[in-house]
Amino acid sequence: MLKLLLEGGRLTTAQMAQVAGIAEAEVVQYLEQLKKDKIFLGWRPVLDLSREAAAEAAVEAIIEVRVTPEREGGFNRLAERISRFDEVHTCMLVSGGYDLLVIVRGKSLQKVAAFVSEKLSTFEGILSTATHFLLRCYKDQGFMLESEESTSSRLNVAP
Amino acid sequence: MQANPHKWVAGHVSTLPKSGIRDFFELVAKMKGDEVISLGVGEPDFTTPWHIREHAIYALEKGKTYYTSNLGMPELRKGISSYVSANFGIDYRYDDQVIVTVGVSEALDLAFRAFVNPGDKVMYHQPCYVSYHPSIQLAHGEAIAVPTYAKDNFALTAEALEAAWQPGAKILMLNLPCNPTGGTCSKEQLDKIAKFTCDKDLLVLSDEIYSELTFEGVHTSIASLPGMAERTIFLHGFSKAFAMTGWRIGYACGPAVLIDAMMKVHQYAMMCASIIAQEGALEALRNGADAVAKMREQYHRRRDLVVRRFNEIGLGCHSPRGSFYAFPRVSDVGMNAKAFSVGLLQQEKVAVVPGTAFGPGGTGHMRACFATSYEKLIDACDRMERFVERSRS
Repeated sequence: MLKLLLEGGRLTTAQMAQVAGIAEAEVVQYLEQLKKDKIFLGWRPVLDLSREAAAEAAVEAIIEVRVTPEREGGFNRLAERISRFDEVHTCMLVSGGYDLLVIVRGKSLQKVAAFVSEKLSTFEGILSTATHFLLRCYKDQGFMLESEESTSSRLNVAP
Repeated sequence: MQANPHKWVAGHVSTLPKSGIRDFFELVAKMKGDEVISLGVGEPDFTTPWHIREHAIYALEKGKTYYTSNLGMPELRKGISSYVSANFGIDYRYDDQVIVTVGVSEALDLAFRAFVNPGDKVMYHQPCYVSYHPSIQLAHGEAIAVPTYAKDNFALTAEALEAAWQPGAKILMLNLPCNPTGGTCSKEQLDKIAKFTCDKDLLVLSDEIYSELTFEGVHTSIASLPGMAERTIFLHGFSKAFAMTGWRIGYACGPAVLIDAMMKVHQYAMMCASIIAQEGALEALRNGADAVAKMREQYHRRRDLVVRRFNEIGLGCHSPRGSFYAFPRVSDVGMNAKAFSVGLLQQEKVAVVPGTAFGPGGTGHMRACFATSYEKLIDACDRMERFVERSRS
């Protein structure tokens, strides 16, 4: 079922039931269990924000954050605190030249900039931030943007 | 004098019937493309994995635009030799026992032209891929069809071979797993077939293009059985497993004397396979295993879905052990293959291929290719169910 979720994100529960050869109720029950186990956290559409219709909340910034780890808890307390903001889309601990990689979304450049300067960088324990505004996305969560595979010329019947 | 172009067409070509699939193709082409769900294709719905395409683009950028050795690039032949050894347990020398061809179709044509004298008899199991019979005819051979049956899940049996055998038979053509039935043979059946070919001193041409798409058990090549490599041409290619149909790249492996004979025809007819396709094939062998496994896993789930649905609808369907084709019985709902396929296309806009396109053994069946998305398969099966219910009432 997990594989099916990963490879066929557009399937309804009824379609999943058909593919897996089980009752739809069983699929629903299984998905509920995955949610209870905090494996399956929810559905979210993947939008191409460069398109006009999806332009709401179009500004996205990727922020490198350097942090002083705390004696008990390391990076976790601060990372969780940052993650709770609605503006923060993604927050992860990474290896390399900085500690946290934070993706922030806002309706305008000013709003994102204000969040970084007035909230994020003022936290105790944050040593520095480096903000990169996203200019163009080419692939998002497995989906190619602005690039279409040419399948229209495939034959409908072939030996 | 008024020219009559018909008289210039060779007799054995003018009498050759057009593929039964062709008529159906014309019919489908008249429908609006977007509305039709096609289960009529003979190719993967996946595009060639990007790393293979990218490697070929790089090769082109590097100026690899020239002829290669007639046999194919040595690196590719070495790769094929290792791949066949690792996956099929047969050892071929890359320098004189492997030839790279323009798809398995060319390899097959080379084999018939290199080994068939006019009037030689070639046995092949049927229902089968549309080109076997005509290719034998074009080589001036005599085709002997050996039937396979739904009750055996379309596996070829040594008993059927014995029954069909005629004096003068020289070659046995195999295609396991089989297009269109998905039929395969168990190891025990294959042992008996191997013994039959030894007893009758037959050369075996074994088209194993669907072997990587075996869902249950392990695929065994007849060439890997004791004493069989010396009388078998192992035919394989990249089209199905690596989703590379349009690249037209395949190969043949066998005894050096036989590969040399095929090479003679190949060097005059084709010179060599496209270097870009050979580069893509090389990359497929080096780094394509994960993509093949992923595609096979999806085909497996799709097979289970369509076979279950076909049986629910009332179209008796065995579970094909390999390939991406299901071959259900439409006669179960009181229709012949053509009426079912044409009716389904016109009323519900689902394209399948009538079983009769694959020879008389396909009477009462249709071929449905399940190499398409879950959504489309589910929709196509629902439409088929509506069609069957309507035709019953």
